[in-house]
Amino acid sequence: MNVVASFQVERLEFLGAEGELLAPLPDFARDPEKLVALYRAMTLTRLFDARAVALQRTGQLGTFASSLGQEAVGTGVASAMREEDVLVPYYRDHGALLWRGVTMVESLLYWGGDERGCDYAGPRRDFPACVPIATQVTHAAGVACAMKLRGEPRVAVCMVGDGTTSKGDFYEGLNVAGVWHLPMVVVINNNRWAISVPLHAQTAAATLAQKAIAAGIEGLQVDGNDVIAVHEAARRAIERARAGGGPTLVEALTYRLGDHTTADDATRYRSAGEVERARRLEPRARLARYLERAGAWSGAAEERLRNECTERVEQAVREYLAVPPPAPAAMFEHLYAELPAALRPQREAALRAAGGERERG
Amino acid sequence: MAEITLVEAVNLALAHELARDPSVVLLGEDIGANGGVFRATLGLKDRFGAGRVLDTPLAEAAIAGLAVGMAAEGLKPVAEIQFTGFIYPALDQLINHASRMRHRTRGRLTCPMVLRSPCGAGIHAPEHHSESPEALIAHVPGLRMVIPSSPARAYGLLLAAIRDPDPVVFFEPTRLYRLFRQAVEDDGVALPLDACFVLRGGTDLTLVSWGAAIHETLAAAGALEDEGVSAEVIDVATLKPLDMATILESVGRTGRCVVVHEAARSAGFGAEIAAGIAESGLFSLLAPLERVTGYDVVLPYSRLEMQYLPGVARILAAARRAMKFQ
Ligand SMILES: Cc1ncc(C[n+]2csc(CCOP(=O)(O)OP(=O)(O)O)c2C)c(N)n1
Ligand SMILES: [Mg+2]
Repeated sequence: MNVVASFQVERLEFLGAEGELLAPLPDFARDPEKLVALYRAMTLTRLFDARAVALQRTGQLGTFASSLGQEAVGTGVASAMREEDVLVPYYRDHGALLWRGVTMVESLLYWGGDERGCDYAGPRRDFPACVPIATQVTHAAGVACAMKLRGEPRVAVCMVGDGTTSKGDFYEGLNVAGVWHLPMVVVINNNRWAISVPLHAQTAAATLAQKAIAAGIEGLQVDGNDVIAVHEAARRAIERARAGGGPTLVEALTYRLGDHTTADDATRYRSAGEVERARRLEPRARLARYLERAGAWSGAAEERLRNECTERVEQAVREYLAVPPPAPAAMFEHLYAELPAALRPQREAALRAAGGERERG
Repeated sequence: MAEITLVEAVNLALAHELARDPSVVLLGEDIGANGGVFRATLGLKDRFGAGRVLDTPLAEAAIAGLAVGMAAEGLKPVAEIQFTGFIYPALDQLINHASRMRHRTRGRLTCPMVLRSPCGAGIHAPEHHSESPEALIAHVPGLRMVIPSSPARAYGLLLAAIRDPDPVVFFEPTRLYRLFRQAVEDDGVALPLDACFVLRGGTDLTLVSWGAAIHETLAAAGALEDEGVSAEVIDVATLKPLDMATILESVGRTGRCVVVHEAARSAGFGAEIAAGIAESGLFSLLAPLERVTGYDVVLPYSRLEMQYLPGVARILAAARRAMKFQ
């Protein structure tokens, strides 16, 4: 028998769990200011995330999906994008959204059950968080196709979870991006769990990065708890796509330290020991250790940052809580470019019904 | 007799059939160790083993397709789609295969499968977790569409769905999962899959509904009684095939009909009932038929969802309009 094709999957990593260097740093990371900026963003993400969970627990927010422990993925990827690129995120991408300029108030409105939270003031072309799993991969391919057809040097960046790779549309998106050589990067937040289903029950594949091979596109693994590796892998992939080099699949290995969402109780299906072992590998502490050793970070700086982030989060929470609920008429707004005449009686009936209920208290 | 919730009744029926019939298998996302995100399958994997309760990868097209294959091969799969908002990849399998396997093989292969899915709004869930697409399913020839509205009906109808020789889509209203308890005996007695349930007798007006909206409908009937109006309440728990006879008989006596459903109005299942009355009961009508439904809008996120749902006030207003015609 002849070997007709052979493949290998590489993993990119720079920072070990103790913040030690495993490989020479890539260029961007030689500038401590750049790393401090990533560290600050990850810290803001974490504090925002914890506050959102607390808001849900006190009935002030709807179901929320925490990104605890996965901050390096969103921050590392979004920081490698250009403003004119398009992010096609899913629901666990708080870090990426924040970096892109989505405000915390917008995110809170979304998770609080208000469509206005998807009307981003900042990245106007970015997609809202995708909830139906894997459907966003084909959107990203469409976005990338539009960019390519118009000859624009822009890139579509799509975020997905590990469970997402089991669904047909995940592969459909990769496949078309491969054949059409689209400027698309798909990043898998491999947090090892899809609600209660561990990765080994999701796929028999040794890596998720190798799913790129069947689509004929570039694929690699990165340590998703190493923000330097995530940023570097995303940067290379995005710039290759921008230069006409085609799509890439990046598998970022991390861990979901929290429950799937606030509606979930992960103690039902995984051990505390597993979570504790994973906690020792989390991304923020390791970057802090590296920065401290490099003389670019200190306890005092940490305290200042925490205070500053807490104040920003609290300010956002105050603003969010002060937003009155949408008026009932909002149901009929933005349904079509213009409300069809046939729908006007329903709109009036809805307003009458809402008014009536208010009278009754 | 134990008083149980609707979700516990679902669990009880699943356990009953798993124990009774070795060909019954459950499959779906998170249904094993986690017991399903609503705990409908709680404890079943422990009791019946991983060979009877299968956690699938995250893939709805595969879940439905697996069920088609298993059913054709002689198993009785009961598949769970985590929320009806995620049923759409499974529609290809339901519409193009499950519904017509018997027909296209002239009965050689069949699809005795059940596809369960939690449906409906009103629990402050995230987007895509609150829809009621029963009319989409009811439109497909060859499928049965069932929605229970009480623990006892959930138990009896799910037994019937699992035992039925054809594919049944079984929606479970999340708002009712834990709303109230009812005594349900685990006696293995199935309910018919082609008969409406008359929940309350009445002489002036017929209120027709199903799923979670039954509860606002019953509340409205109670309020109407205080106003001296006697309202009959019919639960169309089995939408397809539809027991039009029970509805026509009732409307024949009352002359007035209000149909209540959560789903959007246009081409909602209420339209089918209205058409049935127009075809076969028009001359018994004293008043125009009324529909109280969700609006023809994208189901709003949670902050507005209660404004979308047909509440008691809207049902009462429609009933009073109908009662003006004497
Ligand atoms: C098509 C579809 N099926 C089911 C769900 C329900 N659901 C929400 S999240 C989730 C698990 C997703 O796991 P993964 O892709 O690993 O992402 P993670 O949540 O772990 O970040 C499931 C099954 C959904 N949102 N969409
Ligand atoms: Mg995951």
